[in-house]
Amino acid sequence: MEITFRDAVTVMHGMAFGGLLLLTFSGAGIALYAICAPADSWTPAARENRFLGWYFSAMAALGWLTVFAGAYLVYPWYRARPPASTTDLSGYPQRLLMSSPTTTGWHDIGMEWKEHLAWFAPLCLTAVAYIFLRYGAQLRRYKEMRNAVIGLVALAFFAAAFAGFFGAMLNKNAPVRGGANIILMRSSHE
Amino acid sequence: MSESLAMPGTNGKGAAAVLAVGVASVTLGVFTLAGDAIPAAASFFNVWNPTGPLSGVTGFTILIWLAAWGFLSRRWAARNVNFHRINLAALVMIAAGLLLTFPPVMDLLQGK
Repeated sequence: MEITFRDAVTVMHGMAFGGLLLLTFSGAGIALYAICAPADSWTPAARENRFLGWYFSAMAALGWLTVFAGAYLVYPWYRARPPASTTDLSGYPQRLLMSSPTTTGWHDIGMEWKEHLAWFAPLCLTAVAYIFLRYGAQLRRYKEMRNAVIGLVALAFFAAAFAGFFGAMLNKNAPVRGGANIILMRSSHE
Repeated sequence: MSESLAMPGTNGKGAAAVLAVGVASVTLGVFTLAGDAIPAAASFFNVWNPTGPLSGVTGFTILIWLAAWGFLSRRWAARNVNFHRINLAALVMIAAGLLLTFPPVMDLLQGK
């Protein structure tokens, strides 16, 4: 059982960083409840508020890791131009997608939007992390700031989810593959 | 430090963080459209060739985001601002950014 180096980097970008980021939004839901719940039902302690601030900081860091790994590690392989005489486009995902009218939309809309939309997630999450760390329990006093935080988290989720969806579909239709083989496990039948 | 001593007192720094996201969003949208529509802009944004114009579009957006955040944060550090208006402004800028990065809208604006 083996994968190529480019597969491994793509997995790191999409599943280790991006997938984990999407999972952490369930915890973000709890944080939003913490600042919106009636005071007599749950008022987080100072330590819990600090934890929520660092939780959003970790989410923002995951977001930045995802977009930088995507833009500077995976995307150059995706958009690589094949030599003029090449007929096998399997090593050139963008050109492979654009070579057929049934798949070109995955690039024209999917990748073209994903490569920009994804950046909204770390931008929003960094602002949310800062607000949680600076204001903590005081967020309960600032209704409009709470609304902004909820909106930014929602936008970050939307951006991460759509970018993740398009990333998965792009990699299904034209995998980013190549480089040295990495053996994950040797078969007992070898 | 107790919670009361840690009270920030004003909402200005929070407003700066929110509005800076709006500034970054509309900047990303405008740069994306420019990079797609104007060859000279695409060339300008091509900071790192393997990634192409995306490197400059996102890199310059981050610089403008940080500059806007820093500027607004210093300006509003000791102030209470009308957060409702900040939210509305940020919402409009974020919506503009989302639309300008959406390929069918970009194509429509370029008459493609």
